[in-house]
Amino acid sequence: MQTAAANTAQLDTFPKLLLHHARTRPSHPAVREKDLGIWQSWSWQESAAEVRALACGLASLGFARGDRIAIIGDNRPRLYWTMAAAQALGGVPVPLYQDSPAAELAFVIDHAEVRFAMAEDQEQVDKLLELRDQCPKLERIVFDDIRGLRNYHQGFLASFDAVTEAGRAFDRANPEFFETEVTKGKGTDTSILCYTSGTTGTPKGVVLTFNNVLVTARNAAEMECLTDKEEMLAYLPMAWVGDHIFSYAQSYVCGFCVSCPESGATVMHDLRELGPTYFFAPPRIFENILTNVMIRMEDAGRLKRWIFDSFMGVAQRSGVRLLNGEPVSLGDRLKYRLGELLVYGPLKNTLGLSRVRLAYTAGEAIGPDIFDFYRSLGVNLKQLYGSTEASVFIAIQPDGEIFADTVGKPAPEVEIRVAENGEVLFRSPGVFQEYFKSPEATENTKTEDGWVMTGDAGFFDEHGHLKIIDRAKDVGKLNDGSLFAPKYIENKLKFFPNIKEAVAFGDGRDFVCAFINIDLGALGNWAERRNIAYGSYQELAQNPEIYGIIKSHVEQVNKDLASDPKLSSSQIRRFLVLHKELDPDDGEMTRTRKVRRGVIAERYDALVDAFYSGQDHCRIESQVTFEDGRKGVLSADLKIMDAETYAPSARVAQAAE
Amino acid sequence: MSSTDTSMAAPESDQALGAQPPAEIARRFDEVLLSVDEISLSFGGVKALTGISFDIRKGEIRAIIGPNGAGKTSMLNVINGFYHPQEGTITYQGEVRKQMRPHRAAKQGIARTFQNVALFKGMSTLDNIMTGRLLKMKRNLFWQALYWGPNLKEEIEHREVCERIIDFLEIQSIRKTPVGRLPYGLQKRVELARALAMEPTLLLLDEPMAGMNVEEKEDMSRFVLDVNEEFGTTIALIEHDMGVVMDISDRVVVLDYGRKLADGTPDEVRGNQAVIDAYLGVSH
Repeated sequence: MQTAAANTAQLDTFPKLLLHHARTRPSHPAVREKDLGIWQSWSWQESAAEVRALACGLASLGFARGDRIAIIGDNRPRLYWTMAAAQALGGVPVPLYQDSPAAELAFVIDHAEVRFAMAEDQEQVDKLLELRDQCPKLERIVFDDIRGLRNYHQGFLASFDAVTEAGRAFDRANPEFFETEVTKGKGTDTSILCYTSGTTGTPKGVVLTFNNVLVTARNAAEMECLTDKEEMLAYLPMAWVGDHIFSYAQSYVCGFCVSCPESGATVMHDLRELGPTYFFAPPRIFENILTNVMIRMEDAGRLKRWIFDSFMGVAQRSGVRLLNGEPVSLGDRLKYRLGELLVYGPLKNTLGLSRVRLAYTAGEAIGPDIFDFYRSLGVNLKQLYGSTEASVFIAIQPDGEIFADTVGKPAPEVEIRVAENGEVLFRSPGVFQEYFKSPEATENTKTEDGWVMTGDAGFFDEHGHLKIIDRAKDVGKLNDGSLFAPKYIENKLKFFPNIKEAVAFGDGRDFVCAFINIDLGALGNWAERRNIAYGSYQELAQNPEIYGIIKSHVEQVNKDLASDPKLSSSQIRRFLVLHKELDPDDGEMTRTRKVRRGVIAERYDALVDAFYSGQDHCRIESQVTFEDGRKGVLSADLKIMDAETYAPSARVAQAAE
Repeated sequence: MSSTDTSMAAPESDQALGAQPPAEIARRFDEVLLSVDEISLSFGGVKALTGISFDIRKGEIRAIIGPNGAGKTSMLNVINGFYHPQEGTITYQGEVRKQMRPHRAAKQGIARTFQNVALFKGMSTLDNIMTGRLLKMKRNLFWQALYWGPNLKEEIEHREVCERIIDFLEIQSIRKTPVGRLPYGLQKRVELARALAMEPTLLLLDEPMAGMNVEEKEDMSRFVLDVNEEFGTTIALIEHDMGVVMDISDRVVVLDYGRKLADGTPDEVRGNQAVIDAYLGVSH
């Protein structure tokens, strides 16, 4: 049997695929949105009609081949249609992060020379109006939700409904127009301009063609045997290439339905109602879910807790082995069945994971405990390794070969090699064309013969799996010459549910120190149950008992590190708990929540100095940015604590590299 | 551009305001929706209100301000018929009466929220909002208790109205959450939602932003403005945060010790010496 993806191999653009699905599966749902508490769905035929009307409407406003349209808002069917409509006209969608402040948007809109913008609501329109002066090329703004915009009468603003209305009239007058435009599209045309959030410097626009995106999406879909029956929840930012591949490209390739949640706050609830079969989430979401489960179990009655604990024990023993198809004794099989009935089934149902056939996680390392938790429940969670420059897929874990600490084997048609300095390089049909208007950056990343430097340091282990340890440029050395991979240490810390974020210092120093961000959800609950009063995040963070907990976690990590011959000198000698959460709005993290090491080291240099000058507390003032863009100053006196370190243990690491 | 000085406004709202046509900046309201004339109210020997007269015009946002104990909530209670003034008359939609009755006020389209949230704590957000539809429900208890039957269609219609309000106030994520478990700011929002479910002509808000942080206040201000704009609801609100009052209201009436101190646009009130004295105090 051919997979859904293979049937459409000759269709080389998204609008062509859309018309294909509208013909071959007209009444099959293409997209859903929860609105007014009810799931509304649009079939492929209806979606195609919407895209057609919108494309004609945009054309009547003067949108021409090669124009770029910015798309900004939460995941909404209309915004996905905007992508297809722009592509039908030979235009290029530029999706933007909806929570970026106006100043950040201005850079991208100006750099991408955007002429049109599709905004979700008043919030986004206000931002676009604010930055209009800096972006002279921005001509027209179309908005989806009219609420609050009734009294905006500027001529360059138009509502989605008005545009599609005009489009239908235009379509009646030029009935051939839409199809002709669609057939003009070729696989080698640019399909999307994705701006990477950029851990360093300004965002870069990654140019991907239809061939890049479609071939990659198709290969992965075939490898995982995706069909048009899949259910997917689109809840991650549209500007992120992952969402573009999972919720748009693969849906168009296979013909499956994508559902948009009611709002950002209802995702967990909508997930449960929908029960997706194909699911992607970054590790932090899996972590949050697990933390919530554990918090609620701690509040549960004794009997329930006992049942949960004993069956989770069974699952840990045999769940993962069952999923991997390894032999399990009959007794354990029966116990696992009973557990499925009493614990795993209801739990998966509550979490909305009952029907998941394939779940991916990527972007960061995932804690082995978290990873095993989901796999032991019978959720086929796998890791993948990808980047915007590769149209996502570089490496995927094949079924049956799942390890918590690798990112899998090269994806179909992808070649991977590790350079002498340890950097991972890849070459694939998904490799991006260039960074938009940045030939220099392109040259630095992509070689003549198509190899792309990922900037990640890694190696292949004995199973032939790729293992990523850190960003290549972040890997440094301690003064005694031993390896220092900050991310590796931070990840080990972050695997504790009580620790939300960590930043390790040590390159060119005598020993390693770390900043810790506590997890307010987990520790807040802990404090409540112990009647520890606290008025704010800051106060809780500086609580001595919290420090005690964090210290025990740090020491646990040190024990782990001590057993690794390469990293035993990277044990954390001193640490402190930060008084504020690291925040993308303050520039301390990227929009995809990756730590910006440089910014943090600079902003908190007083704290870093205090680490290495042996002080036991330090005063710090730091700027915070509120949601509306105003700035404030937060000051605090932070304790610095020493942690136990351990002698390199004789136990030989069984997982040699 | 105009005399409206929104110095308290965040920069972005300035932008938005500047982008609007001039007609929007100087909003004019002519039709009087409700007027109170020479209202006096006393509890035993305590005079809560003395000879208060002002009007609320259709479509405007009217603020009632004043220091603690000035009689603001009493005034609101008089308007929706909870208190009965000893003197004076109330004219609502052209009809003159000496006193209102709360249920009549509600039937005639006056909804309100309370200073200290008055929701059904054990009920979900949705159910709380549905209670706001009670006056609009035609079927009796018997039919309402049944799932099937003539009430089904009616229930669906009411539910749809409620869902629109839930969407409007962005409280989808707490639809099924018992109200007692919600933080205070959200409870305030649910209370507003319940008042809106009545589809009121006149909405009375008693300190809608009390006890909120800056962000919550901004959200709430936005909702109040949106309600006024989208549904055309006339709003009378009591509020202590001067920044909010000056920003969102069209006209302000100032009370102090049960008397009217001033009445006018935010700018006029801001410049009034008696108001400044009442708020900052004067040396005697």
